[in-house]
Amino acid sequence: MEALLSLIIGVLTACGVYLMLRGRSFPVVLGLTLLSYAVNVFLFAMGRLTIGQPPIIREGISQYTDPLPQALVLTAIVISFGMTAFAIVLALKARAELGNDHVDGRES
Amino acid sequence: MSLLGLVLTIFVGSMLAALVSRFGRLHAAWLSGVVVVVALIQLLFLMTPVIDGETTIERWSWIPTVGLDLVFRLDGLGMLFALLILGIGLLIVIYARYYLSERDCMGRFYAYLMLFMGAMLGIVLSENIIQLLIFWEMTSLSSFLLISYWQERSDARNGARMALAITGAGGLAMFGGFVLLGEMVGSYELSVILDSGELIRNHPQYLTVLILILLGAFTKSAQFPFHFWLPNAMAAPTPVSAYLHSATMVKAGVFLLARFFPALSNTPEWSWLVGGAGLITLLVGAIVALFKHDLKGLLAYSTISHLGLITLLFGIGTPLAAVAGVFHIINHAIFKASLFMAAGIIDHEAGSRDMRQLNGLWKYMPHTALLAMVAAGAMAGVPLLNGFLSKEMFFAEAVSAATYLQLGWILPALVTLSGIFAFAYSIRFIHDVFFNGEPIGLPKTPHEPPRWMKVPVEMLVALCLLVGILPTLTVEPLLRIAAGGVLQAPLPYFDLAIWHGLSPALLMSLIALIGGLLVYSLRYPLFRLHDRFEPYVQASKVFDALLRALHALAAAITRHTDIGSLQRMLAWFVFSALVLGISGFAAGDGILRGPRTTLPLDGVSLVAAAGVIAAALATVLLHRRRLLSLIVMGAVGLIVALIFVKFSAPDLALTQLSVEVVTIVLLLLALYYLPQRQLPESGLWRRARDGLLALAAGGGAALLSWAVLTRPFTSISDYFLDNSVSGGGGTNVVNVILVDFRGFDTLGEITVLALAALGIYAMLEHLSLSGPTVDRRGRPWDRDVHPAIMGSLTRILLPMALLVSLFILLRGHNLPGGGFIAGLVTAVALITQYLANGVRWTQARLPANMHPVIGVGLLLATLTGLGSWWFGYPFLTSTFSHMHWPIVGEFELASAMLFDLGVYLTVVGATLLILIFIGMLHSGDDTEHKPAGESA
Repeated sequence: MEALLSLIIGVLTACGVYLMLRGRSFPVVLGLTLLSYAVNVFLFAMGRLTIGQPPIIREGISQYTDPLPQALVLTAIVISFGMTAFAIVLALKARAELGNDHVDGRES
Repeated sequence: MSLLGLVLTIFVGSMLAALVSRFGRLHAAWLSGVVVVVALIQLLFLMTPVIDGETTIERWSWIPTVGLDLVFRLDGLGMLFALLILGIGLLIVIYARYYLSERDCMGRFYAYLMLFMGAMLGIVLSENIIQLLIFWEMTSLSSFLLISYWQERSDARNGARMALAITGAGGLAMFGGFVLLGEMVGSYELSVILDSGELIRNHPQYLTVLILILLGAFTKSAQFPFHFWLPNAMAAPTPVSAYLHSATMVKAGVFLLARFFPALSNTPEWSWLVGGAGLITLLVGAIVALFKHDLKGLLAYSTISHLGLITLLFGIGTPLAAVAGVFHIINHAIFKASLFMAAGIIDHEAGSRDMRQLNGLWKYMPHTALLAMVAAGAMAGVPLLNGFLSKEMFFAEAVSAATYLQLGWILPALVTLSGIFAFAYSIRFIHDVFFNGEPIGLPKTPHEPPRWMKVPVEMLVALCLLVGILPTLTVEPLLRIAAGGVLQAPLPYFDLAIWHGLSPALLMSLIALIGGLLVYSLRYPLFRLHDRFEPYVQASKVFDALLRALHALAAAITRHTDIGSLQRMLAWFVFSALVLGISGFAAGDGILRGPRTTLPLDGVSLVAAAGVIAAALATVLLHRRRLLSLIVMGAVGLIVALIFVKFSAPDLALTQLSVEVVTIVLLLLALYYLPQRQLPESGLWRRARDGLLALAAGGGAALLSWAVLTRPFTSISDYFLDNSVSGGGGTNVVNVILVDFRGFDTLGEITVLALAALGIYAMLEHLSLSGPTVDRRGRPWDRDVHPAIMGSLTRILLPMALLVSLFILLRGHNLPGGGFIAGLVTAVALITQYLANGVRWTQARLPANMHPVIGVGLLLATLTGLGSWWFGYPFLTSTFSHMHWPIVGEFELASAMLFDLGVYLTVVGATLLILIFIGMLHSGDDTEHKPAGESA
């Protein structure tokens, strides 16, 4: 299972990086989103993988998964949204000001 | 009454001055005057123990965890400077009220002036040297603001920039010196440092510390070769110059020499560095001053020369020389402030500062002329004026130092030379301005200034006379206290008599007087000589050239590295990260697979993994068909949420799901405004390169994950698991961490989110973009965009959705949920109304202005944190209790829930602000028929 998740992280990273290297703003934002998925899953996995032990304290249960990476990733997900929004609005602004949607502001 | 209060009084006065100026032009001046008087009264009370020979130390806890306290110290030296800063400051406040014209903003001037005054007070009253440094930097910054007060003038801007660059660089060096000194002594407090003179002087790093601290002192007090910023700072309004040159700024440098005198002096290194710099500055300043045709220019170089004199006295290093140094600090402050004020009056009432134009002003302003002449006499060192006494002491010290130096006669000789030039430029100041024929081409007829503009000058000149005639009755007690503060030891014997008999010092004074007259009579040939050589020896030109070279270098580096291509930069970035990562891998033990047992695979997981991989790849392959790629990417996000479900993270799954919805809506909205047409793809080579980089990055990430996931680890989370219920009052540990254990982080994160939303708002304001009117095949867009069934359904669903989000919010402390998730769900519910019913319909019912919501959310979260201060706990300590509600049953109430409500409001506000404003970008007036969201 760990290998499978590593594979997923790898594929998401690769796809994200490739898209971020494109020249138009929209794919770059898509790439950013994919990469933030990869980063979030990676950070989350730093608490190692456990099945069926959510960190919610119940009577008679002593085994829980590590809650700390989850707390970190939870805010990271929301911040990723803020970042994606900021990036896409930058792209819109650039399009309005420069007349095209190339990341460098010039058609080439 | 405390020293902290004294310093704070001035800073508060600065803020108030800025505030009250909007109610009337003169309010700021009045307020500043009152504040300074209040501060002076406080100082008088605080002085009592110091007069009895004690040192007051006041300690306030500041950052106890790193051993930093806010410590103030009042001893003789600090007292003298505080008196000078506040006393002359008060006169400057009065003078400036008449000096500034109708066009000048009074509030800004007085706010800066008081800020500067407060920073200076902070320097002289600090016990902790790091704290001293902070005030030191504040004087650099506030003097920058003061010098550039007339922002519209380029010489003011350049002068201010030069002063900031020089004194800022010096401050940086001093910072290094202070840290070394603190480490050397083991304390950053002056009481300890001043007692550790032996230790410091014998330490191998003594020279480094000395040079670094001296760099700070010399840049500030305009010692050669850093002197040139001071004449350029003349572009400031004259009250500022008068203040900077007399009691503050440049005096901060000599204050530092006096302050560290017991700890650093009494070594050959000290004598050579301090004495050498002082001697050169003394000579250069005195000689250059004669050749300045600008009245303020002459005074500026005279200040440099006198600072050199004081520095030289400290450099000589005997206790008596230090006493003379302190004495001259007092005298110079008094006569230089009055001279600058007189120069300001002349500039103000005659319209020029050029001594080639200003002649014969005696007839037009006899009163001012008399005052200026007395002050200039003090500057030259004429008997019966205060300057004479300290100058005599200085000459005597130079003579006695000569007895134990090799080639000792050089020192008195050079000192006498400087005395000659000091006489010459003082005579020039008097003769060229007030006599020497008639004014030449002045813009207006000179006349006496308003009564109160002269009062500060009169008071200072009266002091010059009083100190000069009755030194033992006036200045001696103050001098003894201050000098005691400098030496931190019993004072040497000295006698402030006017007549010491026929001494070598008197002879030197006589030579200086006669020589000065001679040099002045030869001034025209000397001016011609000077004009020929002047262009070659200007330090400020060297500085400008250095600065230009630095700018050129920076521009060249930027030009060669930042070529303005995001793609190129990103590629380099990824490549560098790869190189670093690979070298890290290679340097390790090389074993990829750790010993941890892995979880078994199952069919569902395989299918999900296949799904997410396929969707990610499809996003890449389809990225030129934007809408399609976006939909596929949505699938990736959903499967990521499933991954969180699978591996025991219900909170993350909920967050991911709701964020996924808003992200997709956001990108759909944005897509509407981006070009639709097929775009040229980058070339094959570029694609191959990017593909390789991407593969390598992905491979690296996968291997890294694999390596980590197969290794065992220890976590700090047991603490959170153990204390979640007992300490935080909640069973959902993730939520308790967010709102309680790490609440401060969360506060930071929602602040970031709020900032992102406001930034987006700022970018979108006044932005107007047009979307397409036809689709790709040229068909016009469907105008029937609000299907009735969908509209009605969403309206019915809204209350239910809001109820669900409320439920999620309330239960978040104990079960999966919480402010973040609830906020996103609410945002989605409201956005749906926009999408299904159109902007106009929704705006009539829901205000689009989300700023207050964000504000209230942040405020609520912060206040919850501050609330725990009220009960004497650290910031954001939470409390909880259980209460019984009828019907609902046992109900838990935690203060953390209030915090979570703040999180909720911020998330709702920020998300809606972003989405609504992108949706409303549409420039057309048919918003109702074609809301942006429908473009999907």
